Amino acid sequence: MKSFGSYLIFLGTMFVRRETFSSYVKLTISECHTIGWNSLIIVAITSTFMGAVTTVQTAYNLVSPLIQNYVVAQVTREMVVLELAPTITAIVIAGKVGSSMASGLGTMRISEQIDALEVMGVNSISYLVLPKIIAAMLMYPMLVVIAGFLSLYGGYLAGTLTGIITETEYIYGIRVGFNPFTLSFAMIKAVVFAFLISSISAYQGYYTTGGALEVGISSTSAVTKSVIAVLLADYILAELLLN
Amino acid sequence: MIEVKNISKSFGDTQILFDISGKFERGKTNLIIGGSGTGKSVLLKCIVGLNIPEEGQVLYDGRKFLEADKEEKAQMRREIGMLFQGNALFDSKNIEQNVMFPLDLLTDMNKSERLDRVNHVLERVGLENVNKKMPSEISGGMKKRVGLARAIVNDINYLFCDEPNSGLDPRSSLLIDELIQEITHELNVTTIVVTHDMNSVMGIGEYIMYLSKGRNVWEGNSDTILTSGQEDLEDFIFASKFMKKLRKSL
Repeated sequence: MKSFGSYLIFLGTMFVRRETFSSYVKLTISECHTIGWNSLIIVAITSTFMGAVTTVQTAYNLVSPLIQNYVVAQVTREMVVLELAPTITAIVIAGKVGSSMASGLGTMRISEQIDALEVMGVNSISYLVLPKIIAAMLMYPMLVVIAGFLSLYGGYLAGTLTGIITETEYIYGIRVGFNPFTLSFAMIKAVVFAFLISSISAYQGYYTTGGALEVGISSTSAVTKSVIAVLLADYILAELLLN
Repeated sequence: MIEVKNISKSFGDTQILFDISGKFERGKTNLIIGGSGTGKSVLLKCIVGLNIPEEGQVLYDGRKFLEADKEEKAQMRREIGMLFQGNALFDSKNIEQNVMFPLDLLTDMNKSERLDRVNHVLERVGLENVNKKMPSEISGGMKKRVGLARAIVNDINYLFCDEPNSGLDPRSSLLIDELIQEITHELNVTTIVVTHDMNSVMGIGEYIMYLSKGRNVWEGNSDTILTSGQEDLEDFIFASKFMKKLRKSL
């Protein structure tokens, strides 16, 4: 509870004694590049294979002659949009961006760079952390859209190239019975997960004490706590918005 | 002038500073000296507000720093420049951007004025043609000088240096010490240097506060320190073989 209280104070401190708007814009653009662009390849690879595997495994399990082939694509779509694209990508991002954020801030802490900002009268939490959170909340939904698209495309490639499903069946399957709310749900999840990953990782990094070993510990802790928070939030959002 | 009154500071159950008082005058290089773990850096961090003492007062030319509200404190911090032990240069910025950083955030200068000011202070600390280099591309001594340039780039009234010559060879240490003293006199700022380097103590110690086990046990200057008669201080000063020989010759 003490840590949670400290985390809330940390978040609150971001909004007091802020710097100029233009300095945040520059920093946020730079963070968007780091979080979004630099994560594109890993997100593309994981999501393409995720979709391919989902299609193959769904087809393997749906063996009844009463179930039509297009259902494989339908199941893939639902799994990808509702769960895999936002949640699995969040875990990948927690590992890549979260650990990098925590180790970056941890290194700044132990090398007195954060102290230097404070001595200059800069609110270091606001200056260093707020742009990261804003950038994550802007870029992560875009990554989820790309992940969703590439997962469906991966499923299409795996399905059609192995003969599990025809192109027409797959396209029909991903269109039939589509509920647009699932996309909104995925976007809500994306924004919440982005906030959790970036804020928890920044918190872990910002309060690093000690030396290089502790930076590593903060980085690992950031990933572990972010992933747990994402999974917990995933369940709560599903209960709140789908039931 | 900076005045500290009855500063006490603990971390958990361990008390680091005990009722420390002292006056650091403007235009002088004021030194806080003592062995490792005696609370020198903690006292410095209490003075600049990075640590908050449980008791005591810090006065910047009569202005109460610890009791100031956020705006007043921010304003006073803008008058402060600090050279950190590990330089604290921002890894992601080049030398020019590092030195310009306080001007970007704290002044209304246009780009050309800021660049002129950056070049002026870099030249003042003896650095030229390093603007576009990254901190990782320059030597330890140059990093210290960049740190010093960043500390004085704004119109400061107070300069703090935390072990400015740690990790430097004797010649570079001497250069940094001389720069700090020259800048203190030139800009007429209140300078506080935390050090345990005896060359610095003898070279630039216009006022010296000696801390032992978190207590202020002696005050004086480089002229009086060798004949202080304070047993603990003498153990500290004459710890090396060279200084022991020197002591015998005194």
